[in-house]
Amino acid sequence: MHCDNCKKNEATVHLTKIEGGKMLKVDLCEACSKAKGIEEGAGFSPADFFGELGLAASIKTDSPDVKCPVCGFTQADFKKTGRLGCSACWETFEEGLASLLKAMHKSDRHVGKVPGKAAHTIVISERIKELARDLEKAVSAEKYEEAAQIRDQIRDLESKLKTTGSVA
Amino acid sequence: MNIEELLRNPTEWVKADGPHCRIVLSSRVRLARNLRSIPFPGWAKKADRQKTLESIQPVVEKLMEMNDCFSDSMDNLIAIDKQVLVERHLISREHAAKNVGSGIVVNSPETLSVMINEEDHLRMQAIKSGLQIKSVFKMIDKVDTELEEHLDFAFSPRLGYLTACPTNVGTGMRGSAMVHLPAMVLSDQVNQVVQAVNKLGLAVRGLYGEGTEALGNVFQVSNQTTLGEKELDVIDRLSKVILQIVEHEENARITLLEKKPRVVYDQVGRAYGTLTNARTISSKEALNLLSLVRMGVDLEFFPAVARGTVDELFIASQPAHVQKAAERKLTAEERDVFRADLIRERLKNLPKPQIEETRPPGGGQTQVS
Repeated sequence: MHCDNCKKNEATVHLTKIEGGKMLKVDLCEACSKAKGIEEGAGFSPADFFGELGLAASIKTDSPDVKCPVCGFTQADFKKTGRLGCSACWETFEEGLASLLKAMHKSDRHVGKVPGKAAHTIVISERIKELARDLEKAVSAEKYEEAAQIRDQIRDLESKLKTTGSVA
Repeated sequence: MNIEELLRNPTEWVKADGPHCRIVLSSRVRLARNLRSIPFPGWAKKADRQKTLESIQPVVEKLMEMNDCFSDSMDNLIAIDKQVLVERHLISREHAAKNVGSGIVVNSPETLSVMINEEDHLRMQAIKSGLQIKSVFKMIDKVDTELEEHLDFAFSPRLGYLTACPTNVGTGMRGSAMVHLPAMVLSDQVNQVVQAVNKLGLAVRGLYGEGTEALGNVFQVSNQTTLGEKELDVIDRLSKVILQIVEHEENARITLLEKKPRVVYDQVGRAYGTLTNARTISSKEALNLLSLVRMGVDLEFFPAVARGTVDELFIASQPAHVQKAAERKLTAEERDVFRADLIRERLKNLPKPQIEETRPPGGGQTQVS
């Protein structure tokens, strides 16, 4: 990875900061980071040269007026705080957050712990989604017998979900 | 128990008896969790926060691990007690600023603490002495599993545990170790290590986390990302990297002793001299000198039992601890005097560094300083 500033040396200083709802990310070589006055541990304000490097990113969305139906949080609020309003916001702003997450993390998919309570329902709902896709394929391929079987499987799973009573 | 009883207890992670305690002071893992569809603390109204606190706190108190615990609302704590909790790494600096609608539950050995309504509804952490991140993770993981029986955590199959800040989503886990690297600082190698560690997706920070100084040559190494990797993989990587850092520091000490013995003797000797004679001392100076004495213990200039004393002083010398021990309000000047008295008193049985006997002059005198 090359330094964002001199574009020559290997970048060894990696800075990430959420500021005003924007994810700021910059990779610099040692010489440039010193020249920019960044010292390890010192509370720095990267906004200036982040801006200068044009590396800012924010929640992207086509409709800026989207409001979280649960808590009323808006995109503008995220810009201000860099934090979301409630767990439902993750769904509301899902698309816009995707690129942010990709830049920030190893991937955009969770592979770690699943709460025991949720595990059961999650596995089932994932399977239902999968089957629904298969059903569509079967229908469009005019394989009606297969489609009927898949539909029965889905109904089965859905009734299982209802009897467990928990929400995933 | 009340706050006074809690704070009177010695903090277990300061005992300096964990694995690799010569260099690794403590291991810590924290998990961020939130309740489904309830506004995060930063966005919730005061009444909502209070309701959340009331629903979470009793559940946490009932944990087996919290059998003997301190539990309160943050507005019931005075500033000085909050600061003491920060200095013991039991709450974050951010949480210390909270009042009505935020809470704290800590077990009596201070290995487990749960902050309620910090940035997330729950921030739970386990902390132990030395390098034992894996066992610390298991401890907090068990607590999390117990809590989820009673609390409906916000979780998405695709994104994992949902948090207020996108930097924590996924596992919600931050594992970290506090490492003491005086020889690497003395020989100017710390920056190299910081850079190498950064390349591995880990962060190196100062004593109190982001944006703080590495007082007393103590650094925090932690994972940066929380999405796309299993908890145990992160913990493994962290442990491996820390073991490497330990090795580097040990090597730096050997090299330093070989190449610049006079620098080492001089630094440790001066630190001893100042700490055992000072009549006024700032916390910054105290921490930096205690760090050198601690290295002196590791190099066997001092008896091994002194490590515990030094580690206790490392916490006891910090501003709020000094203020608390004085049992009255002190000015900054009075604090420095009180601190110097405290250190002299605790170190009064510490013998002079046994430098000449362990390393007779004549050997390795070709140093350049």
